[in-house]
Amino acid sequence: MESISSRFIPFHAHIKDQKPVFDRFKAQWTPTQIILDSDGVERHRMEGFLPADDFMAQLDLGLGKIQFQRKDFAGAEKTLRNVCEAFSKSGAAPEACYWAGVAAYKGSDDPKHLGATAKGLKERYPESEWARKASVWSP
Amino acid sequence: MAEIPWLKDVDAALKQAKGTGKPVLLDFSAAPM
Repeated sequence: MESISSRFIPFHAHIKDQKPVFDRFKAQWTPTQIILDSDGVERHRMEGFLPADDFMAQLDLGLGKIQFQRKDFAGAEKTLRNVCEAFSKSGAAPEACYWAGVAAYKGSDDPKHLGATAKGLKERYPESEWARKASVWSP
Repeated sequence: MAEIPWLKDVDAALKQAKGTGKPVLLDFSAAPM
């Protein structure tokens, strides 16, 4: 697994030292982690403590969202599919599976990816909102 | 696991991100120091 510092520019602020930075980025609770793209635009936010696996899954979800936003659909699908499979028990997994399917569709223009995503989410995470969002793609 | 070289200057972090193309991870904490 790649380290945080190899994938991100890491910045840390403590409430006692940098309250203005909390306000600037609207961090209302701790711990909060925010992923910004290289232009400084927020792409993902985590609020509250997460166990290590969930945390790492959320980091990859954020990276996948950045790749998707840059229209690197192949890269986004790979990153998000990895969250979906390797961190399948994490809270990030259903959302990652959803966006992996969308990235596959956007990269290929083949709607079969959406149908497969809906099916997979229904089977694996039937109670998740992402399964409900994908239900519109069910054949 | 290697120590994470957390920056303490957010504008420096944003500048580095712009220069390297890397995303920024902002970590906000209130844990006892």
